[in-house]
Amino acid sequence: MGVGTRSGSVASEIGPAGGVSHARSHHHGHRAHDDGGHHHAPDETRPALIRGRSLTLVRSGRVILDRIDIDIAAGEIVTLIGPNGAGKTSLVRTLLGLERPDAGVVERKPGLVVGYVPQRFDRDAAIPMTVARFLTLAAKVEPERARRVLEEVGAAHVAQRQLAQLSGGELQRVVLARALVREPRLLVLDEPARGVDHLGEADLYALIGRLRDERGLGVLLVSHDLHVVMAQSDRVLCINRHVCCDGVPETVAQHPEYARLFGDAARAFAIYQHHHNHEHDLGGEPLPNEGTHGGGGPRA
Amino acid sequence: MRARTVEAARVLDPFLLRALIAAVGVGLVAAPLGCLVVWRRMSYFGGTIAHGGLLGVALGLALGIDLTLGVVLVSVATGAILTGLGRQRLVPSDSLLGILSHAALAGGVVGASLLTGQRLDLMGYLFGDVLAVSGTDLAWLAIGGGVVLAIIAGLWRTLVAVAVHEDLAAAEGLPVARAEAALIVVLALTVAIAMKIVGVLLIISFLVMPAATARPFVSTPEQMVFLAAVVGAVSSVLGLAISMSVDVPGGPAIVLVLSAASLVAIGWTAARRSG
Repeated sequence: MGVGTRSGSVASEIGPAGGVSHARSHHHGHRAHDDGGHHHAPDETRPALIRGRSLTLVRSGRVILDRIDIDIAAGEIVTLIGPNGAGKTSLVRTLLGLERPDAGVVERKPGLVVGYVPQRFDRDAAIPMTVARFLTLAAKVEPERARRVLEEVGAAHVAQRQLAQLSGGELQRVVLARALVREPRLLVLDEPARGVDHLGEADLYALIGRLRDERGLGVLLVSHDLHVVMAQSDRVLCINRHVCCDGVPETVAQHPEYARLFGDAARAFAIYQHHHNHEHDLGGEPLPNEGTHGGGGPRA
Repeated sequence: MRARTVEAARVLDPFLLRALIAAVGVGLVAAPLGCLVVWRRMSYFGGTIAHGGLLGVALGLALGIDLTLGVVLVSVATGAILTGLGRQRLVPSDSLLGILSHAALAGGVVGASLLTGQRLDLMGYLFGDVLAVSGTDLAWLAIGGGVVLAIIAGLWRTLVAVAVHEDLAAAEGLPVARAEAALIVVLALTVAIAMKIVGVLLIISFLVMPAATARPFVSTPEQMVFLAAVVGAVSSVLGLAISMSVDVPGGPAIVLVLSAASLVAIGWTAARRSG
């Protein structure tokens, strides 16, 4: 078992030696990989899809990102949390190559296909664009596959509509469809629930979980919603320009840095528990359901 | 189009025939680029690059190089300078365009008159002289227009994707930087080949007006390009016909037809929205 895999048993996670020891703590002036071999398990079990090392971003004399290390492996959902202005979107943009880091490196698995759902998508009615045509901007797609993906995200009915005429929720689904139509190995979603109604939000996170389970996608999620973080993530990276703490949700939730950043909201969710109906083997493949956990242990 | 021009050749003077081919040709070449200019909100950017063309004529005269080459060089340089200066944030981009646009125009006029005295046909360069188009100009139009269309066709998906959402296109690995650079080069080439026909002040009309006219009636980018090409070509023929019958300059006559078409299309859309 280890931080960042879904392979650990419930027992080992909740044991005294489990959780806390895997929450790594970073402070200013410490490089993450200086801390004595506490590397993420994905490094050992399967190679990272994308890896940022010591990423530093300075804009207008301000340090936006301070020596951040991050890995995302296939089949795991990594969630970035942090207060406003913590640099979550900047980190995402740096990983995607949209910002050039002032120091540090981003390594991608060769040939990695990335699907990206940006935080903001400003539509421009000056460009005539049907939803169907929009999907083909990402890749050369057969109409049949485009239709299937739209169905998957629950947007099949808007295929012939103009982008500019969609509601916020419909647009968010269509942008997700564009990310998925490329058949990515890594899905990067920057606050995907913005503009989606509450019901749609549940659907959205269910879909993300399913994509990870069924296709083994790696997912990098930026979220404000601690509830979702605890329920959905395999690993949480809490940043405030530097990495405050990272690990499985439960250990991050107990970390003092996390409590300091999120205050009461953090305490409310620190003991959040959930149900899950299947386990995963070492490769991240879902195992047959062995019965629902009644009270719900922390997610392994 | 071919049959029509052959038929026209029997009734038209050669200079009128060349004017017709030139104006229709510019309209066709300008259609995809014009759509991109509208989508990217680049009409002042395009106008500034066009004004750089006049400076290019002066440079060509000063250095004794081919004027078309001078125009391409200075127009590309204008685009590069605009892009470079646009990296700062304290002076907004529309002010920047106002500065460079008029610097290029004034520099071109001053430079050309210093070098040639009164001999340069300044009006011709500013407003075009479609009836004075030569066979060489048409050859330039064919070659340059072909290159412009080939570059745009080769990068079409990226160009459209960038117009829709640049970050998304970049994150998906499309060659955004190459497409941006190509857009400037293509604008400069278009200025070079269209300058003698429509003039540096009116080139932007040939880009923006057909695209604006087409927008309310289409639902995909490609439909818009196609309709813009039709609008551009038909307006060129109509404008030239007006120019012939009432003896007014050809380029401005075409621009008036295009203006009428775009204002009717936009007005119709506005009325439908409010009603």
